[in-house]
Amino acid sequence: MPRTLSEVVFVDGVRTPFGKAGEKGMYAQTRADDLVIKCIREILRRQPGLPPEKVEEVAIAATTQIGDQGLTLGRVAGLLAGLPKTTPGYSIDRMCAGAMTAVTNTASSIAFGAYDIAIAGGVEHMGRHPMGEGVDPNPRIISEKLVDPSALVMGQTAENLHDRFPSITKERCDRFAVGSQDKLAKAYADGKIQPDLVPVATRHDEKGFGLATQDEPPRPGTTVEDLAQLKTSFRPHGNVTAGNAAGLNDGATACLLASEQAAEELGLPVGMRMVGYSFVGVEPEVMGIGPVPATEKALAKAGLTIEDIGLFELNEAFAVQVLAFLDHFGIDQDDERVNPWGGAIATGHPLASSGVRLMTQLSRQFAEHPEVRYGLTAMCIGIGMGGSVIWENPHHADYVGYQGTQNDEKGVA
Amino acid sequence: MSTELPSHDEVVTHARVQDVQLPGRQGTFALITLDNGFDHTKPNSFGPQGLTELAGVLDTLAQRAEAEEIVGVGITGKPFIFAVGADLTGVPSVSSRDQALEIARLGHETFQKISDLSVPTFAFINGASMGGGVEIALYADYRTIASDVPAYATPECFLGLVPGWGGTYLLPHLIGVEKALTLIVANPLANNKMVNGKQAFELGVADRLLEPVTFLEDSLLFAGKVIAGEESVERTPVDTSAEAWDTVVEAARGQVDAKVGGAAPAPYRALDLVKAARTAQRADAFEAENQALADLLMTDELRAGLYSFDLVQKRAKRPAGAPDKSLARKVTKVGIVGAGLMASQMALLFARRLEVPVVLTDLDQERVDKGVKYVHDEIDKLLLKGRVSQDKSNRLKGLVSGSVTKDAFADADFVIEAVFEEMGVKKTVFAEVEEYVSAECVLATNTSSLDITEMAADLKHPERVVGFHFFNPVAIMPLLEIIRGERTDDATLATAFATGKGLKKTCILVKNSPSFVVNRLLGRFMGEAGRIADEGTPFETVEKAFAGVTPMPPFMLISLVGPAIALHNSETLHGAFPERFYVSPNLAKVVEARIPSFYGSDGKPEQQVLDLFEPAAEPVELTAEQVRERALEALADETRRMLDEGVVEAPMDIDLAMITGAGFPFWNGGVTPLLDRTGIAEKVTGKRFLPKGAASVPA
Repeated sequence: MPRTLSEVVFVDGVRTPFGKAGEKGMYAQTRADDLVIKCIREILRRQPGLPPEKVEEVAIAATTQIGDQGLTLGRVAGLLAGLPKTTPGYSIDRMCAGAMTAVTNTASSIAFGAYDIAIAGGVEHMGRHPMGEGVDPNPRIISEKLVDPSALVMGQTAENLHDRFPSITKERCDRFAVGSQDKLAKAYADGKIQPDLVPVATRHDEKGFGLATQDEPPRPGTTVEDLAQLKTSFRPHGNVTAGNAAGLNDGATACLLASEQAAEELGLPVGMRMVGYSFVGVEPEVMGIGPVPATEKALAKAGLTIEDIGLFELNEAFAVQVLAFLDHFGIDQDDERVNPWGGAIATGHPLASSGVRLMTQLSRQFAEHPEVRYGLTAMCIGIGMGGSVIWENPHHADYVGYQGTQNDEKGVA
Repeated sequence: MSTELPSHDEVVTHARVQDVQLPGRQGTFALITLDNGFDHTKPNSFGPQGLTELAGVLDTLAQRAEAEEIVGVGITGKPFIFAVGADLTGVPSVSSRDQALEIARLGHETFQKISDLSVPTFAFINGASMGGGVEIALYADYRTIASDVPAYATPECFLGLVPGWGGTYLLPHLIGVEKALTLIVANPLANNKMVNGKQAFELGVADRLLEPVTFLEDSLLFAGKVIAGEESVERTPVDTSAEAWDTVVEAARGQVDAKVGGAAPAPYRALDLVKAARTAQRADAFEAENQALADLLMTDELRAGLYSFDLVQKRAKRPAGAPDKSLARKVTKVGIVGAGLMASQMALLFARRLEVPVVLTDLDQERVDKGVKYVHDEIDKLLLKGRVSQDKSNRLKGLVSGSVTKDAFADADFVIEAVFEEMGVKKTVFAEVEEYVSAECVLATNTSSLDITEMAADLKHPERVVGFHFFNPVAIMPLLEIIRGERTDDATLATAFATGKGLKKTCILVKNSPSFVVNRLLGRFMGEAGRIADEGTPFETVEKAFAGVTPMPPFMLISLVGPAIALHNSETLHGAFPERFYVSPNLAKVVEARIPSFYGSDGKPEQQVLDLFEPAAEPVELTAEQVRERALEALADETRRMLDEGVVEAPMDIDLAMITGAGFPFWNGGVTPLLDRTGIAEKVTGKRFLPKGAASVPA
């Protein structure tokens, strides 16, 4: 019997405000699973037309899958968020691209026809689960020189990238980082960010309960001069600083994906349509270059070229890695199509959660830019990988297919 | 503050404050978290230090509200606990009425600061909420409650107090007098019944019922909308007409009379306060509460109530004299000799609580089948009521089987007999069981009166025999008397205690002695009541004499357990102590006539019974007061003897047994505080049972 494939749409996405990892961070005593549970709740709350039992899969990513990020998180978070027991779930790990992989996996299942509706997201509480917690690298990695030991330390891979691309200077990186802070500050001032933040009750045994309503990491007003003062943490007299890289953060994201047909039947809004995606491996020592081959492959598969892309949401794990991507494709680092609301350098990057933040923001920008037909979300991934997903704007004049309802309730404001 | 409060090691519930931005961006909101720094096993409570800290926090917030720095104030609890009321651990050291009055006023004055804030106030009831925890929320303008709140109650009347930090005034004006009295009086007197979050919401104590997963977030969302005028709150108007209000109060008074017969002051005081609340000014009502609290805090009934509460909460969990629990052996299968009603009730309990196979044996297949069927039918009832799932019901039924031969006990670890109450029969049964079971298998007897040591004497392993005495109905009565025979070893005893705990019973260690604790005391007490009636005091006078002392009048109690069993108990005790225990010839006649009860189905004394009563040759008619005094004297005498004999470790064990095994009331502390309080202990035995201040107001 011939198989009919389904188009997959990104209905809606949310995230928690991102926090600074560590004792003083706002989520210091808040559980990781609770962060992602609040996101799933908000997804459901925003879609009153979606009966919870119609959600047929919950895929949640976390890099460190132990403790409150363990126990088959996708399943447990679904149950704790109030989804019916009939909704299954699972956990995903592709380091920084965990949530992105949760989206592409569930989208593929939807396209294949295995089910129609899924929730995908990610969480990383780097305060409770520092990077590398409990890892046990195989000694063959060293003995057989499979990869350089620096490949396991992300900051060192960023320094390695500077070695490979001498034209990407620290000054360029700092300038890009300041731009990221400025763009996020403006987006906040314009009220672009807040509608998709899920308020989270934070408990602290000495401070009592609080409520997280905005990101903790941003440093608006940072100047290039400020950044020049910072020490290069990964190499003496190197290039990578806390100022031109994403920090260590706590946060979670979730989004709702649906087959186009199911979205239409249930009257769900459509944020964007998935065009194609790709994950590609690169040398682990320069993992930051990963988005380049991943994007080339995704474009090729989709029959598109880089010129077709009108909006870019690139994860800013390190400024150098974004600049390597932009240089490769001949895009100016100040191009306004790139991270128009700033990026991870300003908002923070709770590893496995970040992919969905890129997508949620891209979908909102699509709504503001009906002239743009295609957009891209891409990110570099530890141990040498890149991921790239191409999306189509349903607001574009040439869009064919179900465009979604306009009555989606955004945020609480 | 003029009066210095006695100091004690208060676990201070702190008032932590954080500014939060309301999710709808309506402004800065001050969120107070009540938190004593411990997990939910040590709930938040209000002591003098905690209240003073909270008052300071509220004073600061009042200034900030005036300065328009904040748009609202909310109060919530720590995870799973909102607050469970006043810190009562300090009460025993309160020795003057002035101190008591000061505590009452401190609560009112602190909580009132919430109502006095110039911005909207909210209580977010996130967890267990009792007493003062219920009351503090009533001072806020709006309330939300989580649907998973396990317990919401004003249990003060149960302990001997009134909800006097505003409860008797604010609750009826919020939810109406009828619902308020359910919470304030009816529930506490119904074994301290509590409601859950959903039920509390339905009573009207909160404006919104919210799901626990995002309770605080949604509460703050609600607060923001209320502050912005985007959401309104509808409440059912309260009927404050004299007619409606007073009718309800008087109806409640009738119910209180039926329960406590005037013996416990607290519920009456609560009724008076609620009645006056209809027209009282708020400040006057609060002052009346202060006076009521001060009076009640200085009553022996309240002190005894707290003593009783401590017994069932703490002493019951650590049975005095029980061996180290690490000595207990695992019980993976239970055998029950006998398949009658008592045996079947035990089988159901063992299967439900321990979830191990339970085998019933009896002499013939018919009896065995009947016993097993009883258990299966009871499980079906549980299934119908939704108390167990279909799977659980299948599992429980599968656990219970029957056999006509005792080889079914071969792999049992715990075999209990519930056969005819006769030494010879029990010895034979145990000897037979011993043929099949392992050397370590515990042999327990549910005897209510027989000598454990003698029962074990001829066995190969007498050290494995232990008394395991349930009270009827087995599923409901919390008490389990565990009796150590002369040769019972520690492992057996520890296994018995572990099993009792697994059955969720209150276990008390009792020395091998005639009729143990509860039956011996009840036997002496009811024997005395019977003797008084036989001597010529009218039946009705005897029945009236014990209001507030026993859960029901003596002849009603005899009717409940069955005249034949009561007679048997008195005969057994008479055999052991002929000089003290009385066997009533009139009771024997009733048993002989096979009349099942002293009361007819209409609840009135059975004329048949009254006709059977042989009038005394020289009738002596006592007043109810005299009847009561004489019966209590007998109780004091017997209690002292039992303690001197070492039947239990301490008076507290007697009281715990009488509260949990015979339903004696909290406000008397079971037995010994009552005997001390009335002076009868000293009159009869020359000394008190408990030092002054332990379950009474200190000297």
